[in-house]
Amino acid sequence: MLCDICGKNPATVHLTEIIDEQMNELHLCEDCARNKSAAMEQQFGLSDLLAGMADFGKPSAAEKEEAVNAKCPACGLTYADFKKVGRLGCGECYNAFRGYLAPLLKRIHGSNQHIGKNPSKVKTSSRMYKKKANLEDLRNQLQQAIQKEAFEEAARLRDMIKEIERKKES
Amino acid sequence: MQINDLLNHTSEWLKGTGPNSDIVISSRIRLARNLNKIPFPHWADKGQLDEVVNTVSAAVAKVSLLKKSTLFELAKLDSIDKQFLVERHLMSIEHAQKTEHKAVLVSEEEIISVMINEEDHLRIQLMQSGFNLFEAWNIINAVDDDLAKLLDYAFLPDFGYLTACPTNTGTGMRGSVMLHLPALVMSRQIERVLAAIAKLSFTTRGLYGEGTQASGNFFQISNQVSLGHSENEIIENINGLIRQIIEQETQAREIMLSKSKEVLEDRINRSLGILKSARIITSQETIELLSMIRLGSDLGMIRGIDRRIINELFITTQPAHLQKLENKKLSSQDRDLKRAELIRNKLNLI
Repeated sequence: MLCDICGKNPATVHLTEIIDEQMNELHLCEDCARNKSAAMEQQFGLSDLLAGMADFGKPSAAEKEEAVNAKCPACGLTYADFKKVGRLGCGECYNAFRGYLAPLLKRIHGSNQHIGKNPSKVKTSSRMYKKKANLEDLRNQLQQAIQKEAFEEAARLRDMIKEIERKKES
Repeated sequence: MQINDLLNHTSEWLKGTGPNSDIVISSRIRLARNLNKIPFPHWADKGQLDEVVNTVSAAVAKVSLLKKSTLFELAKLDSIDKQFLVERHLMSIEHAQKTEHKAVLVSEEEIISVMINEEDHLRIQLMQSGFNLFEAWNIINAVDDDLAKLLDYAFLPDFGYLTACPTNTGTGMRGSVMLHLPALVMSRQIERVLAAIAKLSFTTRGLYGEGTQASGNFFQISNQVSLGHSENEIIENINGLIRQIIEQETQAREIMLSKSKEVLEDRINRSLGILKSARIITSQETIELLSMIRLGSDLGMIRGIDRRIINELFITTQPAHLQKLENKKLSSQDRDLKRAELIRNKLNLI
């Protein structure tokens, strides 16, 4: 069997496409199959993916209706807008759509609980304190690296600590 | 600083120095930040976008690490200048499109750049040569601390930094490492490696980020998850993965050296031969051949060509760079001629 697209090479990839419930079988050579799959990936962009995920796990029609109508009081973006463009309107949207976003974030990141840095802590702490904490962090990381026998990492951390200490002295 | 001043200058990340610089070209960290109470760029009106540009540029002027930087308003740049900044990795391709009310700030030595009103109000990025994510983090973290004292960031204790796209929420951090993996490509192991990377929820992109294809054996690997892990953990995870890929590439290089040294030597020297003598050359062919001579230089098969010169050629042979060097608009055919001339001049000097 020859490839359905180029008609030259033997078909080695057999693909079943379902578009609007219409099933279509394609027999392709390796090159055409590769091009086809690249084109499909492009069609199926991030916003589609997010919009699909945003619906996930919200089974009841009433709840869906409610989600679509939900609106951010600060910027006026609706949840339906978000589903269409895959972008939120402002920081306040995260509070307005909290009930829908918390499970969505969990699906994207595997967690919906931030444990990284916090700008309000930066504001209250003086710079000196921050530097100390950083050095302490590095020393802890160094200990962990030694315990894990990750010696390359340990050597790197050791050099970083030395460098910071050297800068402090000078 | 003017755009033209960048032309005669090597970006810090291209210097070909730093840990594992035979395989790792550069390490990059970017932070997505937004201002509280102002809609994200795609949802903001013109007045609000200008307010962001003004507020952010006033703040960066007070940050010690950004004191000697220059702000470029994109609407005032011509298309070559914009592409020039993209080619130098100082801003994204998306940022160069629809440029009203957008700006980019470039620090001295081109180490830090801040895109204003890209997908988020601020995209702060820092690039380092070699495998150096922790150092990159330490610097960008200090810049971000300083900015946080001057700007009111959109932040919630449970969701972290709030971003236009929920894929960046949390730390707002993306760490990327640019790798040169010719031996894994030539030994056809790369598909397997890339498939494994995708399973671990990391992404692979080409030289110019999102949506660009890998070319010349260059792959940019970055984290996808930005929430639920601390910045240090995210970097640690990327580092762990990158170390394994470096090991695989090193092994693949050793196997090629022991099993097919002559074939490899032939290919590398033919590549050098073409680059030294071609009169017409496309940018795609240039990247592929430069990739081979970079490998040759790493393996000691080609002597006397500094890695920095090869790295520089990857950038200076790009379309906007050639046109800036010539100081005029060039057709694609003229660029292919000028590109060949530039490469001959650089390589035959050695």
